[in-house]
Amino acid sequence: MLLPALGLLAVCFFAPVGWFLSSALSEAPSIAAGVAKAMELVTSPVSVRVIYNTLFIAVVVTGVTLLIGYPISYMLTRLKGLAFNLLLACVIVPYFTSVVVRTYAWMVLLGRNGVINQVLVSSQIAARPFEFMYNTLGVVIGMTYVLLPYMVLTLFTAMRGLDPNLLQAAAGMGASALSIFRRVFFPLTLPGVTAGSLIVFMLAIGYFITPALMGGARDMMIGQLIEREVEMNQNWFASAVLTLLLLVVILSLYGVYRRLGGNRARALP
Amino acid sequence: MRRHPLSFCLSRAGIFLIALCLLAPIVVVLVISFSADSYLRFPPSSFSLRWYQRFLGDQRWRDAMVNSAVIGVMASLISTTIGFFAAYALLRARHGIVRGLEPVFLLPLIVPHVITAIGLYFVSGKLDLIGNRAWVAAAHSVLAIPVAYIIQQSALKAMDPALERAAMVFGCSRLQVLRRVTLPLAFPAIASAALFSFLTSFDEVVVTLFLAGVKAQTLPVRIWNSLVLEVEPTIAAVSSLFIAVTFLVLMLNRALRISRS
Repeated sequence: MLLPALGLLAVCFFAPVGWFLSSALSEAPSIAAGVAKAMELVTSPVSVRVIYNTLFIAVVVTGVTLLIGYPISYMLTRLKGLAFNLLLACVIVPYFTSVVVRTYAWMVLLGRNGVINQVLVSSQIAARPFEFMYNTLGVVIGMTYVLLPYMVLTLFTAMRGLDPNLLQAAAGMGASALSIFRRVFFPLTLPGVTAGSLIVFMLAIGYFITPALMGGARDMMIGQLIEREVEMNQNWFASAVLTLLLLVVILSLYGVYRRLGGNRARALP
Repeated sequence: MRRHPLSFCLSRAGIFLIALCLLAPIVVVLVISFSADSYLRFPPSSFSLRWYQRFLGDQRWRDAMVNSAVIGVMASLISTTIGFFAAYALLRARHGIVRGLEPVFLLPLIVPHVITAIGLYFVSGKLDLIGNRAWVAAAHSVLAIPVAYIIQQSALKAMDPALERAAMVFGCSRLQVLRRVTLPLAFPAIASAALFSFLTSFDEVVVTLFLAGVKAQTLPVRIWNSLVLEVEPTIAAVSSLFIAVTFLVLMLNRALRISRS
């Protein structure tokens, strides 16, 4: 009964990616020459810039989703009934809305003649439209919005799994609300924080849609470079080297994530 | 019950404000889609259905809609069926090796779509499959397998194994147990899996961008192509369709969950 699933994955996933990698990498005349060429490629100014961008954007997005996501998840654990459902809907509805549509929505808001600039200019807060888009800021805003639900859902699962008796015990022994949070609640949610950050970081470094639509030429991320080497330069070798690099990083992170038991939090298996 | 301190109420208000900001972009798109203005303006000076007329009156958009629907249904059927059997087999497996296969089914979610897309593009070029709707559907169903697997696996796991054993004791064959006991009990989860697999395919853009060619262009690919050129209000109308479909799927799923409990 496993055969259909394995078969489909083999034909439409493992074989294509494997075939692409092996055929593109074997363009090099010998292993030594291939490795030398790959090293040269990865250390070229363009690649270094792109790798730096990718890591920078991913780290910032992970940090911002954590800062926004933590209080939202905490609030979710404290609310009941209608308020809970409303807050959850605010997280879930965007989560399941098409990424292209969500990115478009931010383009409408942040564009040169977008909604926010119209408000800023007409209320004379700004003399001329502010450049929100086609720069790093635009990419960070768009990706934070797209990836925030993963953080919230992971943190929420972790927080809900906490034993409420521990908090009660701390309160019973006279701890203030703040010190309960700082010394009991927060340390206990650290595994959730790690899992959520890993998910968001993993998804962010391989992201393509939002940086391609909202970033400028200088904000290129590695996913875009992989695509561009194939689409514009027909350079399958370069694309394969970068793919391999990205795959190794992501699969190692996923290994860490599963080892930490992150798959028990359900935003990502 | 203990009264909340003021600071808690304030922070609660603040968090609700943030949460509303999460919905705001979607609401803005919905409102703009009904605008009568010829350019993006918020709030619109007056309302009309002109962008919906433009969207539905265009043969290319209608073709894209048909492609999206056909591919979505095919992908949903494939991944739900395959995902069900994979979840069933893995739960019943006695060997640790078989159980260890789980991450394999989840990989399409972890590997960046752009990598999957380039691999598929490479193969499709060689095998002349660009623009083939069935092939796009097959690719989408791979991306939907993790979703279909997780939903059905957790439902099967929650099911009381005594029910299946009881049916066996009363002389049902394995196939009969599956048909008469397991499938009916798992039905709400199967339907949920089908809904979310459909949504996964309906929303997919990166892989489709590479495989669709001209013939199999879906709605997200057309949105993408016009976003690269310019941001026009027709896209707001198309986007509203996506928001409506998402909302419908979430509502149906809610109804299914209620019927399950």
